Amino acid sequence: MSEEIKMVDIFLMGKRYTVPETLTIMDAMEYAGYQLKRGCGCRAGFCGACATVYRMAGDYELKVGLACQTKVEDGMYLAQIPFFPGRKATFDLEEIRPSTAHFAQLYPEVYRCLGCSSCTKVCPQDIDVMQYIAYIQRGDFKKAADISFDCLMCGLCVSRCPVNIVHYNAALTARRLYSRYIAKPDAFLTERTKAIEEGKLDAEIDALVSAEQEKLQEMYNNREIEK
Amino acid sequence: MSYTPQLKELMKKVEETRASRVGVNFPRMSQEERQDVLEKFHPDYIVDGFREIKVGVNKGSRMPTEMADVFESWSRLRNVELDLKAEPDYDVDVLIIGGGGAGASAALDAHAAGADVLIATKLRFGDANTMMAQGGIQAADKENDTPAIHYLDVVGGGRFENIPELARALVMDAPLVIKWLEDMGTMFDKKEDGTMITIHGGGTARKRMHAARDYTGAEIMRTLRDEVLNKGITIIEFTAAVELILDDHGRAAGAVLFNLETEQYMIARAKTVIIATGGSGRLHYRGFPTSNHYGATADGLVIGYRAGAKTIYADSIQYHPTGGAYPPQLLGLLVTEKTRGLGATPLNIKGEQFVYHLETRDVESSAIIRECEERNLGVPLPTGITAVWLDSPLIELTHGEGTIERQLPAMLRQFQRFDVDIRKEPMLIYPTLHYQNGGLLITENGQSTVENLYVAGEAAGGIHGTNRLMGNSLLDIIVFGRRAGRDAAAKSKEMPAPQGLNLEHVASYHRELEETGAADDRTGPILLPHYTHR
Repeated sequence: MSEEIKMVDIFLMGKRYTVPETLTIMDAMEYAGYQLKRGCGCRAGFCGACATVYRMAGDYELKVGLACQTKVEDGMYLAQIPFFPGRKATFDLEEIRPSTAHFAQLYPEVYRCLGCSSCTKVCPQDIDVMQYIAYIQRGDFKKAADISFDCLMCGLCVSRCPVNIVHYNAALTARRLYSRYIAKPDAFLTERTKAIEEGKLDAEIDALVSAEQEKLQEMYNNREIEK
Repeated sequence: MSYTPQLKELMKKVEETRASRVGVNFPRMSQEERQDVLEKFHPDYIVDGFREIKVGVNKGSRMPTEMADVFESWSRLRNVELDLKAEPDYDVDVLIIGGGGAGASAALDAHAAGADVLIATKLRFGDANTMMAQGGIQAADKENDTPAIHYLDVVGGGRFENIPELARALVMDAPLVIKWLEDMGTMFDKKEDGTMITIHGGGTARKRMHAARDYTGAEIMRTLRDEVLNKGITIIEFTAAVELILDDHGRAAGAVLFNLETEQYMIARAKTVIIATGGSGRLHYRGFPTSNHYGATADGLVIGYRAGAKTIYADSIQYHPTGGAYPPQLLGLLVTEKTRGLGATPLNIKGEQFVYHLETRDVESSAIIRECEERNLGVPLPTGITAVWLDSPLIELTHGEGTIERQLPAMLRQFQRFDVDIRKEPMLIYPTLHYQNGGLLITENGQSTVENLYVAGEAAGGIHGTNRLMGNSLLDIIVFGRRAGRDAAAKSKEMPAPQGLNLEHVASYHRELEETGAADDRTGPILLPHYTHR
């Protein structure tokens, strides 16, 4: 069932290379001979290390993608963004609360959003970035946490923002605030950790730790499995 | 690249049988059937994939050939002049090598214990397998569950070869770890009242898999990373450790660091060292594709072994049953076990299920390999390999439309990028090289067999026996990261600044290599995999 693979021309930082059309941008760079150091991470769309900007020959529009998740196309001019100097505010989570006043101290630039939507347009995860910035402005940390959740922190939004918002760090802070103070703690979890710390579950586990393998095997094979 | 017309034709078989499969549970294997399929089809049992290592503290023990190759290699410092008597570039209490989940957890607890901590990491801080772990993290924190029930799952899954004290530490610390993460503002899937939503994983007796959608590892990693940055802990990125340094008593006392970008060497002196460099999937054992991070090249194992740290179960490798097989851009990519946890089942070319969908990973993988290799009922792909279906649309049929979008957003997005809609079309999967079950031997406080050298995370061995369960790796990196961090910090307080820094162990390892001729022209650790085609 194998078919012959078509080759395409791509331009890595302006230099032309001919590569198989089935490759991702990342594989194509390696095919072309690059030993990647920066701009390469999980190779599966989770880490955000391989933010890439590109343009198709003859077109003015700048496009973006993750190099490991985007297939090459004929006439693609591309460059990777290996690092972007976005600011991260440091904080003690126990000292702040999900309030606009606290947030404004950490990330005042969030409140300067012009509503241009450049961040949303550029997001390779299709997150409505500008919308979560709006939620943060309004103090709706729950909604901001929810819609920003799939962010990979690749930094493309930051690279395009005219007022220098560091969206991904603001979103992470919003999610941590939501999870710490708005979502309720798991009540039984707290009970369970207390029982462990007080040694109440030691006897049961120690009986297993010192059990013979045969006994363990029997227990394992006959254990009750929750439906 | 969507499915080809031929594949779409074959897909009809899956659609034909789907309605009849809803709510029907395929029988689980008996213990005998499990053993049989493992011995015949699991790559760990394929003799020609292994050889004995000729040098070092585990001389004569069995390892995958590719691992033995990187172990039997010359030091990168073989022809490098270093002045270990000079003032070191860094001088700290605790040096952590590796910036994934284990390294970050170790850093936080060592810092909290008052130690001066340095993290050196080969790539970006947080770029690690942790970031890619999707499905979940186990902990017995429900009323119908206890750490003892969790323990039984861990050792049964691990073929009863786990070191009992390590498995005990894993399950007993588990609820504490979830609480620690909850307090740190990790966004777990919860009900309105705060109760964690938990599901089954392969080989679990209780629903104890906690998740953050299918970005569980990413959510944990970005939270830990943010907290390390908040604490102002020093991090050097794109800097690998290429050898450990020992003191005049043979104790770990630092490392030689290598700046990948400037190619300069630096000396880090430390009272204690924690190896948290992760696994080795990028060595591609037996030519398997891998779900692992780019940096998973066994660096910590190699330098730890040279310094005399013993390994355990180095010959036990985990193949994740559901690696992406098609479209070709997704080859080797992890299809999270949560997909099966939610009810997707593996099917052969006839659209028939051939194995219970939640056997332990080793058994599930072996059954898939058997279906393709022995029974010849795999689905032939245009790329020349065979695969089996994973019927993801069954999830929507069982749990209602919209389940995949809510519960598996990363999977949905990844396949959509290559024009496959997993809500409507089944996935094509084949086992992928996923995890190193063994590693450097540790105690329950993370100490290796070399004094003042600790190991945490995937680089450590013994916790999971010879087969790890889903959701116990995200757990283990934090449990043993924190334990190593705390113990290393305490130990460093008792220690004076190390004296007589040396690389004698490297010289003596070289003498062994010369006597045996084992290394050929190989240099290690390799630091980066080589995928350049010309």
